[in-house]
Amino acid sequence: MITLGFVYVLAGLTFAAFAALGLQDRSNPKRFGNAAFWGLLALSMLGGDYLGDFGNGLLVLALVAIAGTGQIGRAPGGDIPAEVQATRAAKYGNFLLLVALIIPAVALIGTFLFKQIPGLADPKQATLISLAFGVLIALAVGMARLKPPALLPLQQGRRLLDSVGWAAILPQMLASLGAVFALAGVGDVVGGLIGTAIPQGSLFGAVLAFGLGMALFTMVMGNAFAAFPVMLAAVGMPLLVKQHGGDPAVVAAIGMLAGFCGTLMTPMAANFNLVPAALLELKNPYGVIRAQIGTAVPLLAANIFFIYVFAF
Amino acid sequence: MLVLIGIAIIIAGFLLRFNPLLVIMASALATGLAAGLDIAAIIAAFGKAFNDTRYVSIIWIVLPVIGLLEAYGLQQHARSLIDRMKGATLGRLLTGYLLLRQAMAAVGLTSVAGHAQTVRPLVAPMAEAAAEARNDALTDDQREEVKAFSAATDNVGLFFGEDIFLAIGSILLMKGLLDGYGYQIEPLHFSLWAIPTAIAAFIIHGLRLRRLEKRMTKQEAGA
Repeated sequence: MITLGFVYVLAGLTFAAFAALGLQDRSNPKRFGNAAFWGLLALSMLGGDYLGDFGNGLLVLALVAIAGTGQIGRAPGGDIPAEVQATRAAKYGNFLLLVALIIPAVALIGTFLFKQIPGLADPKQATLISLAFGVLIALAVGMARLKPPALLPLQQGRRLLDSVGWAAILPQMLASLGAVFALAGVGDVVGGLIGTAIPQGSLFGAVLAFGLGMALFTMVMGNAFAAFPVMLAAVGMPLLVKQHGGDPAVVAAIGMLAGFCGTLMTPMAANFNLVPAALLELKNPYGVIRAQIGTAVPLLAANIFFIYVFAF
Repeated sequence: MLVLIGIAIIIAGFLLRFNPLLVIMASALATGLAAGLDIAAIIAAFGKAFNDTRYVSIIWIVLPVIGLLEAYGLQQHARSLIDRMKGATLGRLLTGYLLLRQAMAAVGLTSVAGHAQTVRPLVAPMAEAAAEARNDALTDDQREEVKAFSAATDNVGLFFGEDIFLAIGSILLMKGLLDGYGYQIEPLHFSLWAIPTAIAAFIIHGLRLRRLEKRMTKQEAGA
């Protein structure tokens, strides 16, 4: 039976290839840092289960040390000229779009297929396993028609990942921080503070606190991923799901989107709000946030209303 | 109350522009110490959580495919699709982009467009041109607003489209956390419940884009 382990091996091999190719890129002055960073991530994917908890912790400390001391960078240039891309786009246009659509299509079809035929793949991980197959199929189809140099997909993939840099593991790091927060009881403390603000037994008060809390805490943390575990532990689970019997899928899904409304209003989400202001050479660095507040506030109200109506 | 020090460190660290990975690690250590854990236990707890949440980072296996397609002009093709929408006013242009961005994010194509790839070279200039077509005396402040709305539209489209895709990071995070509470929920359920908000986002932001267009044209009539 195919399990998530298969996807981890695929990811580990991909990161290992990025590390090896990065090491050979002499145009990048930080190639050793990059190779070490992606190499450690490959080790985590391939051997994380054998390293032990403390070993994995040391691996994370090494990743943080490499990124935190500025040892990661991307090689300048190396882009495929726009004219070449434009000529190719005119030739292959819709085929490219088709190949891009293979990945989500296979992920969707595989999810249903693996449920219908039990024993093929771990049904709990059907989507992720299907996604990995989608990647392999899309790659095979693309390679067959486009006939690029054999290493081109890995080289281009590596360049894309290098441009994302250490931010590539930011969501995983924030999820892990959430686990430490949970261990230390941060959610209970925040929940206690918010709990004192909620009128006892008021369902609407609890939904309001959850939605507003997600948005405000996201603004503070700059990322809904970090706010979500805390608000879920503080209000979502104990009050909305356990006490009032709300649907956990609705509470989680729309609660996360309430957090995204917070992302639109905070300079902490620099890559979405401050970077474009600089890219567009706006005089006001908060110009993008200003343009977004008018959408974020009514949408937050809509999300709170949706949780109240759909979850109960 | 002392465990809230981790949150204070996150806020201060981001405000002072330290590397976020360093800030997260410092926050985890301080929070653990405040809760009475020793350093080795905190490192082990973080390591265990990092290993258990590896699925959050597996999304990067799509990069070789995206890299291949972009080398053969996927971005140019996507741009030419937008280019072909002729006769677009400012409101229609940005609303069209909003819809396209939401639709693409919903099928997982989050990095086909973006501030560097599409907004600066394409959407903002097109939006400016569309505004100028109706108002030949566009002020600097109006120009700024049109550009800012171009970037804002990209963010709104991305944020409220991507959660419809089954395998996006936030959905995997929700699944992982709810698993921990004993609720086994398929990613598809989260995806479906992202749809009402996606529709609301399109309506709210779309109305604001219409008002933006009116504002840009009305000031010309008064001039």
